[in-house]
Amino acid sequence: MNEKAEELNRVEKKDLFASGHRACGGCGQALAARLVHDAAGENTIACVATGCLEVFSSPYPDPSWRIPFLHSLFENPAAVASGVEVAYKALKKGPVNIIAQAGDGSTADIGFQCISGMFERGHNVLYVCYDNEAYMNTGVQRSSFTPYGAWTSTTPMGNKTRKKNLPLIAADHGIPYVATATVDDFKDLQRKVKTALSIEGPKYIHILVPCPLGWGHPGDLTVKICRLAKDTGLFPIFEIIDGKVTNVQKIPVKVPVEEYLKPQGRFRFLFKKGVPTEEVAEIQKIANQNIERFNL
Amino acid sequence: MLKQIEGSQAVADVVALCRPNVISAYPITPQTHIVEDLSVIVGQGKLDAEFVNVESEFSAASVVLGASAAGARTYTATSSQGLLLMAEVIYCISGMRLPIVLTCANRAISAPLSIWNDQQDSMAVRDAGWIQLFAEDNQEAADLHIQAYKIAEQTFLPVMVCMDGFILTHAFEPVDIPEQKQVDDFLPPFKPRHIVDPRWPRGIGLYADPRFYMETRYILHRAMEKSEKTIKEVSADFAKTFGRDSGGFIKTYKLKEADVAIVSMGSVVGTIKDLIDQLEEEGKKVGLLQICSYRPFPRQEIYNILKDKMNIVVLEKCISLGRGGILASDIRWSFPRAEKKDRNISSFIAGLGGRNITSDDLRYMVERVEKEPVELEFLGLKKELISDKDL
Ligand SMILES: Cc1ncc(C[n+]2csc(CCOP(=O)(O)OP(=O)(O)O)c2C)c(N)n1
Ligand SMILES: [Mg+2]
Repeated sequence: MNEKAEELNRVEKKDLFASGHRACGGCGQALAARLVHDAAGENTIACVATGCLEVFSSPYPDPSWRIPFLHSLFENPAAVASGVEVAYKALKKGPVNIIAQAGDGSTADIGFQCISGMFERGHNVLYVCYDNEAYMNTGVQRSSFTPYGAWTSTTPMGNKTRKKNLPLIAADHGIPYVATATVDDFKDLQRKVKTALSIEGPKYIHILVPCPLGWGHPGDLTVKICRLAKDTGLFPIFEIIDGKVTNVQKIPVKVPVEEYLKPQGRFRFLFKKGVPTEEVAEIQKIANQNIERFNL
Repeated sequence: MLKQIEGSQAVADVVALCRPNVISAYPITPQTHIVEDLSVIVGQGKLDAEFVNVESEFSAASVVLGASAAGARTYTATSSQGLLLMAEVIYCISGMRLPIVLTCANRAISAPLSIWNDQQDSMAVRDAGWIQLFAEDNQEAADLHIQAYKIAEQTFLPVMVCMDGFILTHAFEPVDIPEQKQVDDFLPPFKPRHIVDPRWPRGIGLYADPRFYMETRYILHRAMEKSEKTIKEVSADFAKTFGRDSGGFIKTYKLKEADVAIVSMGSVVGTIKDLIDQLEEEGKKVGLLQICSYRPFPRQEIYNILKDKMNIVVLEKCISLGRGGILASDIRWSFPRAEKKDRNISSFIAGLGGRNITSDDLRYMVERVEKEPVELEFLGLKKELISDKDL
């Protein structure tokens, strides 16, 4: 391996997002945040949205950040990060990594316009979405990233719509780099963060982060559930570089969606006395479509 | 240099002289000409700044928030719906003590849609911890921007310069635009307190639980009160440097001898002064108290100046629906309770949604309060447009 590839593939542990935060045991988002910032390194500014990450990491007077942290509102980290970026340009400071980051509700719903604006204007900012598939901080309400069939506190009979496909929407803004990742593969996630930060312009990384509380699984299954999300085809892993889908992670052995659904309380009611309902077949269809579409 | 220019151009010219590093822009009438003019100034290379065409006022405010937190001097402008869309960020900016300067080209609020002038928009965010300065004419609007940066950067409070939409923004008047050197001498480079910078990692915008939140509000309130001193000093300093009075806390016109004291703010004071002159010729003593700094509210000053006036009338272009005059409430509150008995403070709402405020309207208002106090009246209301079933 050459030096550059070696650096890209090295797993970084710097504890820039420090321990001592108040996330639940097994929180996928806390793990992802640590991996993202350790990959980015000290020369980084985190622009964080209101949400679980902000709440469990930034109570005055004990924040968990060893890098500059800026929080303003729920829906504006992309616009705030745009402001930081232009300020650095105007003041002729930098270079610096600027990472705007938020949960799925902030990203896909209420902050969608700000993100689209940031992409379209071409700011040199990495936007990271921590997708736990619901508004967790306010108690597991449905967002437009909540998957079909899932229970949330506002879809008590199961969610009837499919996830909004933001990675593709982001790519269609013409931004140079888009990637998906999960927290079961540290090396892959950190390589993507490093790759993104080496590219000038707006970047988008979408990370699946299981939430034991909201999804109803034991905390020690967080990593395994990520693997199942990939191996069923429900969460395809790929990069989109300059508009072209590449580096699609092939599934070695395809797993039926039931195995992903069963350990999670939010899907439990999709099985009547252990027998899968029609919804499970529908979810399998979604997985199959992903497998076909991305050639997983 | 004296220039015959549009109010918006005057504001754009002086904002550029203040050398903001970051400007965010979103169109809304009647503010738009200001940012258009600034885009030309930046485009022609006359100002070295980042000009960001954002996708909403919400982002316009968020961009200057981020830029200010990174140490930049910033500027944005808006009106009406734009300011309301910013509301969440407006509160955040003051809470984070970011010295941002924003122009509000005052305009009415929907519904019904109206692009015309009143002052309901800036009133909607009057409690947000922003200094609000109201301009009388375009010279003052221009001058206030130069002062605004100095006040903001000394107090770490954001400043909103309010100028009446169309009446000022679109009016061509002679305005003295200072030289760059004069402004540079008056306004030192921005020295931020806390910034996001990897060299000094720190958190900005942490959340405060009930052990801490209230103190942040108390400190902010005290900072607003204390800014009175800075506003006065900067205005005095401005007068010394530029040779003209602009801004400050309040101003008066022929008030000393007056039997009737009119209180108002914004461009309508021009019309009021004209009327006062006319009435003087007719032997009537009417005076004016003009508010420049609406927040912080010059309560003590107002009390000191008006304490001997028994007939006061407040004229304003906004209303607290279900309550009445907003400025009138502030003025009534400026007097200790025990004194109120024999003092009449009348309240008139005028000019909503761009309705002209004529000299005749004002004359009628004065004559009316000479007879009896008026709890609340809409000046120039067309009764013929309102039927019983509307009420
Ligand atoms: C304008 C606004 N609306 C609603 C909220 C309440 N709110 C705070 S966090 C949150 C949920 C966050 O969900 P998400 O973005 O998915 O992040 P998560 O907590 O799941 O990580 C909501 C609804 C808010 N703070 N501001
Ligand atoms: Mg979420």
